[in-house]
Amino acid sequence: MTSLPATAPMKKLGLVIDLDTCVGCHACAVNCKEWNTGGEMAPLTDMDPYGAEPEGVWFNRVHGYEAGDGANGRTVHFPRSCLHCETPACVTVCPTGASYKREEDGIVLVDEDKCIGCKLCSWACPYGAREFDETVGVMKKCTLCVDRIYNETIPEAERVPACVSTCPASARHFGDLGDPNSDVSKLVAERGGYDLAPEFDYKPTNKYLPPRERMPSAPAAAEAAGEPQGLLKWVDRMLSI
Amino acid sequence: MNAPLEPIDYNRPTGDEIKTTTCYMCACRCGIRVHLKDGRVRYIDGNPDHPVNGGVLCGKGAAGIMQHYSPARLTKPLRRKGARGAGEFEEIEWDEALTMATSWLSEVRNTDPRRLAFFTGRDQSQSLTGFWATQFGTPNHAAHGGFCSVNMAAGGIYSIGGSFWEFGEPDWEHARMLLMFGVAEDHDSNPIKIGLGKLKARGAKVVSVNPVRTGYSAIADEWVGIRPGTDGALVSALIHELLRQDRIDLEFLARTTDASWLINQNPGAADHGLVIKDADGAPLGWDSAADAPTPARAPGANLSLIGERTLPDGRKAKTVFQLLAERFLDGANSPEAAAAITDVSAETIRNLANDLAAAALDDPMEIPQPWTDWTGKRHETMVARPVAIHAMRGISAHSNGFDTCRLIHVLQMLLGAIDAPGSFRYKPPFPKPVPPGPKPAGKADQIGPGRPMAGPPLGFVAGPEDLLVDPDGTPRRIDHAYSWEAPVAAHGLMHMVIENAAKQDPNPIDVLFMYMANMGWNSSMSVENALKGLTAKDEETGEYKIKHVIYSDAFWSETVAYADLIFPDTTYLERWDAISLLDRPISDADGPADAIRQPIFEPDRDVRPFQEVVIDLGHRLGLPAFTNEDGTAKFPGGYKDYLVNHERTPGVGPLAGWRGEDGDKGGVGAKNPDQLDKYIENGCFWRHELEPEQRYFKHSNKSYLEWSASMGFIPNADPIVMHLYSEPLQKFRLAAEGHGDIQPPTDAARQRVLKNFDPIASWRPPLNGLEDADNAFPLHAITQRPMAMYHSWGSQNAWLRQIHTANRLFMARELVEEMGLKDDSWVYVTSPNGKIKAQIKAMEGVNPRTVWTWNAIGKRKGAWGLDKDAPEATKGFLLNHLISELLPDGQGGHWPNADPVTGQAAWYDLRVNIEPAPADTAQVSEPVIPALPNNPGGKPNPSRLGFGAAFRGRKETRS
Repeated sequence: MTSLPATAPMKKLGLVIDLDTCVGCHACAVNCKEWNTGGEMAPLTDMDPYGAEPEGVWFNRVHGYEAGDGANGRTVHFPRSCLHCETPACVTVCPTGASYKREEDGIVLVDEDKCIGCKLCSWACPYGAREFDETVGVMKKCTLCVDRIYNETIPEAERVPACVSTCPASARHFGDLGDPNSDVSKLVAERGGYDLAPEFDYKPTNKYLPPRERMPSAPAAAEAAGEPQGLLKWVDRMLSI
Repeated sequence: MNAPLEPIDYNRPTGDEIKTTTCYMCACRCGIRVHLKDGRVRYIDGNPDHPVNGGVLCGKGAAGIMQHYSPARLTKPLRRKGARGAGEFEEIEWDEALTMATSWLSEVRNTDPRRLAFFTGRDQSQSLTGFWATQFGTPNHAAHGGFCSVNMAAGGIYSIGGSFWEFGEPDWEHARMLLMFGVAEDHDSNPIKIGLGKLKARGAKVVSVNPVRTGYSAIADEWVGIRPGTDGALVSALIHELLRQDRIDLEFLARTTDASWLINQNPGAADHGLVIKDADGAPLGWDSAADAPTPARAPGANLSLIGERTLPDGRKAKTVFQLLAERFLDGANSPEAAAAITDVSAETIRNLANDLAAAALDDPMEIPQPWTDWTGKRHETMVARPVAIHAMRGISAHSNGFDTCRLIHVLQMLLGAIDAPGSFRYKPPFPKPVPPGPKPAGKADQIGPGRPMAGPPLGFVAGPEDLLVDPDGTPRRIDHAYSWEAPVAAHGLMHMVIENAAKQDPNPIDVLFMYMANMGWNSSMSVENALKGLTAKDEETGEYKIKHVIYSDAFWSETVAYADLIFPDTTYLERWDAISLLDRPISDADGPADAIRQPIFEPDRDVRPFQEVVIDLGHRLGLPAFTNEDGTAKFPGGYKDYLVNHERTPGVGPLAGWRGEDGDKGGVGAKNPDQLDKYIENGCFWRHELEPEQRYFKHSNKSYLEWSASMGFIPNADPIVMHLYSEPLQKFRLAAEGHGDIQPPTDAARQRVLKNFDPIASWRPPLNGLEDADNAFPLHAITQRPMAMYHSWGSQNAWLRQIHTANRLFMARELVEEMGLKDDSWVYVTSPNGKIKAQIKAMEGVNPRTVWTWNAIGKRKGAWGLDKDAPEATKGFLLNHLISELLPDGQGGHWPNADPVTGQAAWYDLRVNIEPAPADTAQVSEPVIPALPNNPGGKPNPSRLGFGAAFRGRKETRS
């Protein structure tokens, strides 16, 4: 079994995903795919790509749900990827040390050289965030684009995960959730960001921002009694340029 | 056990080289960076400097790698061997292909140029193709706008001199409220998402009127699940409420619209309903102080808003505003009346009206930016009307879409919410005069063998005199555009071409030349009818009714199988292109912009960009604009040469940036041989930013109007007057009443015009006569475009097809339960035109009498490089099998299933009935259409794709 870092990481890099703004366009999912299929965990293999059952490795998938009935319900688009938990079972169940949590920034990674493809981690993860690459025979997962966020060959402003960089609606945010003064921590505080399935007690780093309350309608104009109605109200109105 | 065996390489460069170009995974035209590694595409991301997308990229754009390497790519010119539709071809050389096409085309040109029909799809090179058609001499040209969104374009252009679609945008920075009608994934894709993100960050209210709660509707503060095709009734009721409460912007109406203009009231006479004008043609209003008519556009005049007037010559007149107010204050347009039509409660309608009025008119916000109006008056601030409205396909794709679009513009005008801070904003080159020039060419004296046509094939009509009809009323164009079937057909009717050509109505077509439109499948209203037309033979001669079909496509689409000659096109990363101000530029509200595509790769197949082929054919045919007097090619360097050296008028070419000998001119200037290099240096786009004083009120802003005229966008710096009242439509009505030389040829045609041409926009039920809920087809059936797919293109894409592998028919949960169905049940869906079998899925967020599905997921077996058991072909389906090109018989003629004004294809008027399929039904969608052979240039599909493994620097994949 694999140990978590002896000292809990101070830095907790992660994502904040705004469910009030996500339109479900899949930009994050596909950009993740194209970045990572040539990146640190390359390739993200696709089986039967042009056939009856196309099924590939994706580190980020977007699901759509409906909550509530009829017109009063909501449609919610829910992007799902590794939450980089503080106490992830996917790490502690790993028999080889392949699955590990980094002390320096809290990112959960897989070392392919040590992975024996036993899938214990994917059974342990309640969030379904692990992706087994059958061809390669190893488990793969979101790296938080570790090969982008520290990459000095990329302009500094772009050193964020590919999913964040590409999100057209700005529904995805990246930062240090261990720092209460970071932009992402403040956003979580302001918007009531929450943990996914906290009952498992794996302490996800990533947070989701809930859909906001709907805005009320404005009142009608006060109608003064005795004012002319219909066309008459404009009889004395003049127009000029 | 913590440290990895091999350290992570944090600083691996993305690629060896970055090249910029313009995306073409949809029509949004985002700027992209293509990262290359070892001569392959490593990564495509958004160009952070680009005005369209600012660095973001959608799911389609991010999947460009899989499009570029698609197994569905064509590889060589093809000549048909077997019967049309059999998909049997032989590969030929380009020279043979071009020689064959030239011989067909030159015979047509030298005898009767109308026997060429040249129609293009999603090509964005219409300024070239339209020009080529003009040079060839055929009026039978258009792009795909007639079945796309001409109602939005024409509805706007005939009302406010600009339009929604991609020629305008909400003021994302200042709007307090956004109201969307019929907007799902559409033009523009990323700008709308970026804008919604801005509105959300600012806490603005978002309301979406749409029968289906997906995407943008899902994040709206309020989703209004309207019944399809009834938005016009809802908007009429909003107008009713605003007028009833007198919450309108009268100052805007006076300054900017025709509200004060006098309209002649003389029912039955030839001048009834026309604008009263003085001897100089200036519209008149009523000066109440002088109690006399006076030029309505004269600054300083005090004009009456209402009142019935008698002119000195005895004519009676009312103002446009009075006609409008009488119409909309009527109880027929009350919220209660609309509620009965729309499935939207009267309370919801009233709340919406109150929200609009409050956001636009109460607590006015001002931008401290002085500006000067067209009269020379200086304003110290720009006063906001922070309600932005956007409308798209859900409005457009109905036979009442033109007027619904006009109604939405009337609503905007009443609120003063046009090009004010916070409202809808024009993108240059708009606004333009209402209606703009030029007129469509194609009259008998404008066409002749061996010579160019006297003007462009598409334009804007102002009355019956501009129609392209023979003296007996017969249409002159093959698509019947600008005939009594579709008088204001500003984008043509590509969806009617195959239908009419197969009937040789009005004339035989010897060459049907199409590009990049899947007319043999999802782009035709009825698949069966299109295939029947393409294969129809003359019973006596045994020849095809459409003698030759030439088609250019990059991919093995369903349509390829129906052509005699195929020009294989390149992918978007292998070509030059211009996103031109002469066509569909990438401007935003703060400035005009255009863009290019540059070839990132030379093709590795024997394919050529379509535009190169068109220019080559232009020279082979000796078209004057493509041929020097000595017979040599005018653009020997092909499309690249044309982009730099073609001038439409002196100093105006396909690209506006870096013109002039020194490359220092934008818009108008001499040719610059270094122009394309300058574009590439700048990320493949050019943009001119307007001065702060020019950015709003472009219709009336002196500085903007003068600049726009200097750019050649508008003929002069006169203000753009918006039209609440459309005189061109009244002129068509008068013709239908029996006035003038050019009248509808039949009584049915007269009745059709009288019923549907209304100078004041109004809601009418869809034309197919199925509006009653208790008929045999009680459900509306519509489609939406998924955000991760674009028309037919997506399914060949190994990544995108994993997101939408097969579509379902979505139905309201109540209806599903009532019918005893459950998710994935198979049902038969019938319409008056056909029957399909499909699988359903229940949902909450859908209008209860509406079913819908994702557009264009269903594929024909064998097409698009997919295996024959691909779910797109076995479980995917199209609604097109249920739709017809024509309205049902019984309406006295051969009428397109389209908007009667513009000819816009009425895709969403479809009505259906649903029945459960038997429990033992085969798990296959219907109809089952025979499979096509595989792509002749394709290779066997791989069982796995490990794209990207080679880019990994650290080690190879273990297996």
